[in-house]
Amino acid sequence: MKFVLTILLTATLGFIAGKFLPWWSIALVAFVVALGIPQSVGRGFLAGFLGIFLLWGLTALWIDITNQSILSHKIAQLLPLGGSSILLIIVTALIGGLTGGFAAMAGSSLRARR
Amino acid sequence: MRPIPFIISAILTLALIYALDRNWGSIPPMGRFLSPQQGFWQNAESVDGSRDETIKVQGLKGEVKVYMDDRLVPHVFAQHDEDAYFVQGYLHAKYRLWQMETQVIFAAGRLSEKFGNDPRYINLDRETRRTGMVYAAENALKEMEADPVTKATCDAYTAGVNAYINSLSVSELPLEYKLLNYKPEPWSNLKIALFLKQMSRTLANYAPDLAYSATKPAFSFDELMLIDPQVPDSLVPIIPKGTVFDSAGVVPVTPASADSLYFGTKDSSAAYESFYQTDPNNGSNNWVVSGTMTSSGSPILCNDPHLELSFPSIWYEIQLTTPNFSVYGVSFPGAPSVIIGFNDHIAWGVTNSQRDVKDYYEIQYKDDSRKEYWFNGKWEPTQLRVDTIRIRDGETLYDTVAYTVFGPVLYDNSFAKPIAGGKAIAVRWAAHDPSNEGLTFYLLNRAKNYEDYVEAISHFTCPGQNFVFASKQGDIALWQQGRFPARWYGQGMYVMPGMDSSYMWQGYIPMNENPHAHTDSGYLQSANQRPVDETYPYFIPGSYINARGVAISRYLDTMQQITPEKMQLLQNNNYSVFGEAARELLLRYVQIDRLDEDAHRYLQMVREWDLFADPQSKGATVYQCWFDSLEAKVWRDEWMQKGLAYIDKEGKDSFVVDFPDEQTLLEWANRDPMFKYVDDINTPQTETLEDVVTAALLNATKQLKQLESENRLEWTKFKDPTIYHLLRDALMPFARKIPVGGWNNTINATTRSHGPSWRMVVHLTADTEAYGVYPGGQSGNAGSPFYDNMVDHWTNGKYYRLWMMKENETTDSRVIATLTFTNS
Repeated sequence: MKFVLTILLTATLGFIAGKFLPWWSIALVAFVVALGIPQSVGRGFLAGFLGIFLLWGLTALWIDITNQSILSHKIAQLLPLGGSSILLIIVTALIGGLTGGFAAMAGSSLRARR
Repeated sequence: MRPIPFIISAILTLALIYALDRNWGSIPPMGRFLSPQQGFWQNAESVDGSRDETIKVQGLKGEVKVYMDDRLVPHVFAQHDEDAYFVQGYLHAKYRLWQMETQVIFAAGRLSEKFGNDPRYINLDRETRRTGMVYAAENALKEMEADPVTKATCDAYTAGVNAYINSLSVSELPLEYKLLNYKPEPWSNLKIALFLKQMSRTLANYAPDLAYSATKPAFSFDELMLIDPQVPDSLVPIIPKGTVFDSAGVVPVTPASADSLYFGTKDSSAAYESFYQTDPNNGSNNWVVSGTMTSSGSPILCNDPHLELSFPSIWYEIQLTTPNFSVYGVSFPGAPSVIIGFNDHIAWGVTNSQRDVKDYYEIQYKDDSRKEYWFNGKWEPTQLRVDTIRIRDGETLYDTVAYTVFGPVLYDNSFAKPIAGGKAIAVRWAAHDPSNEGLTFYLLNRAKNYEDYVEAISHFTCPGQNFVFASKQGDIALWQQGRFPARWYGQGMYVMPGMDSSYMWQGYIPMNENPHAHTDSGYLQSANQRPVDETYPYFIPGSYINARGVAISRYLDTMQQITPEKMQLLQNNNYSVFGEAARELLLRYVQIDRLDEDAHRYLQMVREWDLFADPQSKGATVYQCWFDSLEAKVWRDEWMQKGLAYIDKEGKDSFVVDFPDEQTLLEWANRDPMFKYVDDINTPQTETLEDVVTAALLNATKQLKQLESENRLEWTKFKDPTIYHLLRDALMPFARKIPVGGWNNTINATTRSHGPSWRMVVHLTADTEAYGVYPGGQSGNAGSPFYDNMVDHWTNGKYYRLWMMKENETTDSRVIATLTFTNS
């Protein structure tokens, strides 16, 4: 339960921070949440990763649906991902997830007792 | 704390953020770019979402309502004229900001500041500055701001652009800024002037001087005039043949030394490298038929300007309505007013005049300091202007440019080019002169009749345009308007001596002597041809294009009961009058018994070609390859021998001077089938026209077989027309292939990435019936459904009915959104 709450808290706070702060605010949020909620270093990473992975992935997915993939199709050729919108959404989520995950890991390991 | 995992993860996090927050070469900062809340995803517009907005700004005199129709064309209703221009500026920025800024960055010679430390950008920037683009814009700005009306218009427009820029958050930045990782800068009136000067560079940049100087060792001036004949045999001028012209009001005097110092010298360089040249296909069609020829009895005006086809399009459609005027048409993102369009009284359009208004002068510096130059018998001081060229990821470059009585010195030892042969070459360009072209459009937008139109265009100096006009009173008109130098015969074809004032421009052709016609019967047309026949009393060189005017007048001569639909079809017509005449020549001289089986087959395809350059036509491709091959057979040997062409490092032909126009070859061969260039000088025997026409087909056969094996024999597959994003190859997913027909010598003048950038047909009935289309969309955002939504319509030759909306039509089903502008 705590694990799911951590994920949701990371995603929610990440979303709010993203409205006002640069993209790397996801790292700040994941770090602070992990610092506040005691958990193992490994679970900390996973919660941070999943929190931001879900935030970025679902946001991108929602935008892509309302946009009918007009832009993602073009960008996915440019990057190049063979024009696949889904692949682009996954790459987006992964980049965010990794940033959030490592930041959360730093938070957890700072809090963790030896 | 667990120090080791902490240190490792903290370092990894920071490294990740660092790496994802900066661009690596052309790869954008990926974290920023992919962030769904800030990056490119934010540019992916909701297709069905509401577009209504209330926009609070500062500087409006009253409330402004903008109704967006189903093509995202804004219909602007303002109570004050300035407010209309404020909102036009805002909308241009909202939909086209990156394009607007980039056009001006190019015009100001600042590409390397935004796009990076690349010698090609730096060279082009220096060339731009040294051509005097910024100098020209500054001169124009003074003139613009001296006129209270223009100043108020530009101030309001600029304030509107800046209101939008200031409202932008990082997440709302146009996509290209995110890709290239920089931010927009404030707009200014100088940028409006720079944009207008960029149009002069696009349309009034023709100057054969340097290239033709390189022909001096090869050709006498008389021979040059055979290669570049001023009046083609088949010319159908803008002003009908036989019109009697007044004798010249300004009679320029040929300098006494011209034979020895100008026509006679042969010391020119031949070494060459390409310098900035504009596309020779920049041209346009316009014509107007009077009520005597239409089924309704009202005039119909047509215009299709041919420019580079790009995303975003050069044009932005708009309606501006205030209590003082109401106008509809296309505008330039970057400048106020409607450029081509109509109001409730008149319609107007433009084509390019193609006239030569740019000359080069050889300057004699006293020494390397470039502080003094020899002029009228003494050393005169130059004005040294330091151009600061900032370079992204590089050291700022300071380029000192010498300004003379003629203009800036483009080439000298500080910016040497082989074409200049180590000489100092100054530029005299009509675009340098103070002018206020914007006022022309401001006045045309409000014009009610012929007198208003003449007054409006009297302010137009450069780039010279053919302004076509029709009014609801039933009269039609066409003026070639601009400030054109009155040249003595031969002036400006070569680089001129700059040691005294005798070679300078001595005066300008008075406006009332510019070619013009005003009538209420028949039709008038212009299509970049020479405007007048040989009886016009001035020497007017230019980069004229002949065939389209012939085709337009031939069709209009036979038409009656004309309707807008017939005019739309004519704008999309692919018939090649040049191909018709050229095929006759080819078929007359080809020696059938010398052809192999494949060549026979291709010959048959040319015979059966219907002379339309339609998309699926194979005959058009075969003919074109054959004629191209003939041109090379006729000219290439002499060009190589005389050093006017050479084989470059990549093994391709490069040209100091282009081959003569296709029209020249055709007419010369028809007049004199034995003319001297027919012979291949590299063989001992003397070739005849039969020999070269046949050899050309055999040569083309190899190319055609190759094309056929690649399934590219159909005309549109052969020419592969494409609309590119302004960043060209870097953004190919943003481009669109357009399977269209036409060529530069057909009325539908679509070449590879160039063509009718806006098609408009206006029927001046009591309730204006207007049609238009351009190959693009109103939004410059590649993530918008309005980025390219009009391309298919344009490709298929279809039009949209243009809606001059009335203020009481706000509930019309075409309105998809309302923007309300109020003062905050």
